[in-house]
Amino acid sequence: MSEPRASGIAHPAPPPPSGPVPYGRELALRLLQDMLRIRRLEEKSAELYGAGKIRGFLHLYIGEEAVAAGAMRVFAPEDNIVATYREHGQALLRGVTMGAIMAEMYGKREGCSRGRGGSMHLFDAATRFFGGNAIVGGGLPLAAGLALAAKLQGEPRVTACFFGDGATAEGAFHESMNLAALWKLPVLFLCENNLYAMGTAIERAESQTDLCVKAAAYAMPAQKVDGMDVVAVHEAVKAACARVRAGGGPAFLELCTYRFRAHSMFDAELYRDKAEVEQWKTRGPIHTFSARLKAQGLLTEEEFLAIDARVLEEVRAAVEFAEAGTWEPVEDLEKDVYTSAP
Amino acid sequence: MTRISYREALRLALQDGLRREPRAFLMGEDVGRYGGSYAISKGLLEEFGAERVRDAPLSELTFVGAGIGAALGGLRPIVEVMTVNFSLLALDQIVNTAALFRHMSGGQLSVPLVIRMATGAGRQLAAQHSHSFEGWYAHIPGIRIVAPATIEDARGMLWSALQDPDTVLVFEHAQLYNMEGECPDTVAVDIASAKLRRAGTQLSIITYGGCLPKALEAAEQLAAEGIEAEVLDLRVLRPLDTASILATVRKTRRALVVDEGWRSGSLAAEVMARIVEGAFYELDAPPARVCSAEVPMPYAKHLEDAALPQPATIAAAAKRLL
Repeated sequence: MSEPRASGIAHPAPPPPSGPVPYGRELALRLLQDMLRIRRLEEKSAELYGAGKIRGFLHLYIGEEAVAAGAMRVFAPEDNIVATYREHGQALLRGVTMGAIMAEMYGKREGCSRGRGGSMHLFDAATRFFGGNAIVGGGLPLAAGLALAAKLQGEPRVTACFFGDGATAEGAFHESMNLAALWKLPVLFLCENNLYAMGTAIERAESQTDLCVKAAAYAMPAQKVDGMDVVAVHEAVKAACARVRAGGGPAFLELCTYRFRAHSMFDAELYRDKAEVEQWKTRGPIHTFSARLKAQGLLTEEEFLAIDARVLEEVRAAVEFAEAGTWEPVEDLEKDVYTSAP
Repeated sequence: MTRISYREALRLALQDGLRREPRAFLMGEDVGRYGGSYAISKGLLEEFGAERVRDAPLSELTFVGAGIGAALGGLRPIVEVMTVNFSLLALDQIVNTAALFRHMSGGQLSVPLVIRMATGAGRQLAAQHSHSFEGWYAHIPGIRIVAPATIEDARGMLWSALQDPDTVLVFEHAQLYNMEGECPDTVAVDIASAKLRRAGTQLSIITYGGCLPKALEAAEQLAAEGIEAEVLDLRVLRPLDTASILATVRKTRRALVVDEGWRSGSLAAEVMARIVEGAFYELDAPPARVCSAEVPMPYAKHLEDAALPQPATIAAAAKRLL
């Protein structure tokens, strides 16, 4: 993690994933499309942010798509998902429509949180997507509770809880890991380690930079995974989720990844070398995966372009949907503070 | 009618809640084997088992957050926080999650959670176990704040809280645990309105929680001197029952607010503001208040007594209003 700066790169990227993709064409192309849907949605979001259509904080997932894509295909409809403020990818792949996500970022009533949440607070009760949590570490206790409810009700639900490396410095992380392991709760902790807690590099924030060691301290199985490789993520999440679902208690995965863009739209990126970012970009999850698929004859350039065109059309339609959306009447400002009007 | 203690009333309420609501479970520090740090849950582990009377590690942030998650997951958790000062460790989950989720999710997710905790001073527990932060919590939209001050409310409020689709915080004043009184055989109380505890004509003493018995005692002293004070028990600190506050003030034309919280930025300040906004021209005197001295709660008995509203200071303030 903290290799000497001989190359000028503090956090060198791992070698690009290689070798045959062990999937049939259908799953392989779906994973590719999942990653592309996140990428194109977010590229458009950044553009719309610049145009003033989207406001507030906008945290892009670009570079980290293999994590959401590899993981989200594993979960069943009855499972619970808890995510962070960098959650567009998880929400989209959970089944929240791109239009509802875009409309939410526009602040429109047709958004998945009726325009009350914005980019950081995407919610969807129908798909058991419990946010969109902008308090770092805030989702972990919630996930433990959702898992406790499943366990007490004898339901076979797994609760998947995404959080970043920054959250591992929060007390909520340690308390929740302890509680989940102590009570053998069906939670899968998915730590997206992108090496920076906003602008603070992991070795400047953590006395122990091997995050799996922290999980092991709570007597929980833990595994480090190449989060730039959608295959590695999918396989690891599948195995860990099965173990959790079978009643083996919680599990922890450290998904090693990298954020290509700034932390948010207000970040001048003074804390990391451009060379480091550029090196990681060469190991980008979408093009390395496409290259592997092409090498083994599962994908042609024409097919890639066709998938991309479909995704771009979905993005275009989502923007159209958001543009056509309506504003919540100001008279409804205080609606839904309480379930029943006070 | 049966004569029981406030503690027993709370215990019966928990037992009744766990019996009648299969989705309910109790979770907190030492609620099980120990029987509750204030012995409220004594015997419940034996009746309901360790799944439903659940001892939690000393992780307030996470067991309160887990209560929120379990509520979202379809259960009706009752979380006990040992004392209000410790609830500050869970403040993030209460304020940033429980209170916000309904609105922030566009009305999709309610959090039907009950959080109980002991509040208040009077037992020489010093600064880190004696404060009254219910007024702080009453600042937060999205949660309901209740303060049972009678045997009947101690017995009945929990059930009403369990029926509420949103998070309810129940503040039990630690000085009331040993108070005894008559409890009706069937109890059904709302968690929406204030209640008159004594009728009077010359001034209104508006209070709640641990200060209610003190206010009633002050009213007795005043009555002995021929002064008839009305006493209103707020019961619900958020949302405030403004109509009942204004009704009593319009009747007596004088208002004294008694609140164990610190004076600056207190719930008493909010009540006074509402009186001034809603009944200014009907007042015969400026509204007054008796609050705790603005010091961390001291240990020594004489200092603690001096820091808190007392019947004598309440009665004296009442007389200054006349």
